Amino acid sequence: MIEGLLIGLTAAFSFTNLGMVIAGCLIGTFIGMLPGLGPMSIIAIMIPVAITIGDPSAALILLAGVYYGAIFGGSTSSILLNAPGVAGTVATSFDGYPMARKGMAGKALTVAAISSFAGGSIGALLLMVFAPMLSTVALLFHSAEYFALMVVGLSAIAAFAGTGNVAKAILMTLLGLIMATVGEGALFNLPRFTMGLMDLQSGFSFITLAMAMFALPEAIFLVLNPARSAGSDGGGKITNLRISRKEARAIAPVIGRQSIQGFFIGVLPGAGATIASFLGYAVERNIATKEEQAEFGHGSVKGLAAPETANNAACTGSFVPLLTLGIPGSGTTAILLGALIALNVTPGPRLMIDEPQIFWTVIISMYIGNLVLLVLNLPLIPYIAKVLAIPRNYLIPFILFFTLMGSYIGQNNATELLILVGFGVCATILRFADYPLAPLLIGFILGRMLEDNFSRSMQLYDGISFILERPMTLGLLVIAGLLVVVPSYRAYRARARQKGVADGD
Amino acid sequence: MALDRWIALIILGITLAYGYAAFFTMDHSLPPFMQRNPIWPSTFPKALSVMAMVASLVILLGLEKSSGEDKSPDIDYRRLGDYNLGQALMLLGLMVAYALLLRPAGFLFSTFGFLSLGAIILGERKLHLLLPITACATGVVWYLVEVVLGIFLRPWPFFI
Repeated sequence: MIEGLLIGLTAAFSFTNLGMVIAGCLIGTFIGMLPGLGPMSIIAIMIPVAITIGDPSAALILLAGVYYGAIFGGSTSSILLNAPGVAGTVATSFDGYPMARKGMAGKALTVAAISSFAGGSIGALLLMVFAPMLSTVALLFHSAEYFALMVVGLSAIAAFAGTGNVAKAILMTLLGLIMATVGEGALFNLPRFTMGLMDLQSGFSFITLAMAMFALPEAIFLVLNPARSAGSDGGGKITNLRISRKEARAIAPVIGRQSIQGFFIGVLPGAGATIASFLGYAVERNIATKEEQAEFGHGSVKGLAAPETANNAACTGSFVPLLTLGIPGSGTTAILLGALIALNVTPGPRLMIDEPQIFWTVIISMYIGNLVLLVLNLPLIPYIAKVLAIPRNYLIPFILFFTLMGSYIGQNNATELLILVGFGVCATILRFADYPLAPLLIGFILGRMLEDNFSRSMQLYDGISFILERPMTLGLLVIAGLLVVVPSYRAYRARARQKGVADGD
Repeated sequence: MALDRWIALIILGITLAYGYAAFFTMDHSLPPFMQRNPIWPSTFPKALSVMAMVASLVILLGLEKSSGEDKSPDIDYRRLGDYNLGQALMLLGLMVAYALLLRPAGFLFSTFGFLSLGAIILGERKLHLLLPITACATGVVWYLVEVVLGIFLRPWPFFI
């Protein structure tokens, strides 16, 4: 581990990589602050840039920096405007915005920055400990287990979609998997489902799909409903960034608890920053004393520190399955996985053995990224917040233009732009009907790998018998089944019970 | 019928067509030596199509009830007319036009046109500010992409 750390330190402190972290954090904060643009859209827009850089470590560092920056920027707009740019920072606005209303915007931003910093850094520390352990275990996995593990990941994502949405999330995942089968597969050199179109020979491009699923619907929603981008008075009065000793003492235990809790929630597939932040907020409110509880929701420092710490720790935690198993647990890490594959890097347990410099550089740059956010971005916030005052007449055409450019630069093909618009319209309609879009993208990105591993196991065992012959595979598939069935069954039971009560009365 | 069930119906149609291709047409072109394999190119699609059909039927028939908590959606599609639908459609049309014109008209003209028209559609009327800003932005983006990232974008129309 020490050797790896040294490799990471040397690489991360190179001039280019330091520049990448700083640039990534700044760009992320800048765009993340804009209402409506989440980290997924921002990373999708940045991918062509990252791919042109060519060096996988530098590219991943840039994208990870953008990710942190976006979360931090999201907290800023939650605090200043009560307009969270990112779902993961909705809980931040519960106490952050009341604090800003009381004229303590500067203090709230500092608390948010310190909690993010601590959450991210402790998360990175835990990642350093757990990722090598997990990848040692993962080295024992065969293609059958990988197949089963991906099924678990996909069903967990569907299971976390919430009551009443499980079927929709499953359908979206399956649709993503179906879209992944279009084009020429790796195992069979046969074009499938191309309908004779040359443009589909190599399948759909994942950047186009990512843009169409996240950036474009977001922009269309901004156009449809001007209230979403309201609040151009931002960034006027941010003064006094200091916090008192008493406040620091109050938030320290919160930060400690939430870093650990957030990290482990982030590791779970499908959970991620949003759940971590809400859960963090709820837990801290429940264990607080009576008088502190009354303060929650009215500008409590603890209520602000809890979700901020948890969401940053969860972001770091979500890198664990990505880097050790090569399986993304969230939409954002799925996009990162797509970017890595485009850069010819296969994340998974062998990453640490074959390309330790990538693994360790990314981890070290997580620390640097958090430091950059605290030292560089926090003092700059009053200036960066000016971006909130950009009129939407200018903002929206530029967002649309960057979406188009992102997909064009990747492919150099104008047909791709038409596909982008078509899928973007479909995705917007799906969002109207409350269909979750992240599972579709995750299914799409995992589709190839899922099928390859499935095919390999089928060939090795000459049929489907591998499921029964390998206990771990069977166990994982059972877990996957339970993940899908149990929430639906519990919802059904709860409904039946409710009905019974109503009839009895 | 609510929108989500209509969508489930459409997806059901897509998966039926996909499943038909996987079950009945794909295997004809399979070379004989591949037919001995335990797995065919159509195996995985077959499984997917069946599962997707089941999932879309569950939604279509309303077997999974929602939890009852009323989430207020960002945009209520039933009142789509109350929003700036015209602007959104015009911007989408503009994106299609951009896709078709990017090659023949060159990057600089089409981008300048896209950004300016986009802002005008959204209601920007201060052209003396808008046009210089979009022109500068176009130039900066072209410089970044062409020179810094090293990706070729044809700057001028095809006849220059």
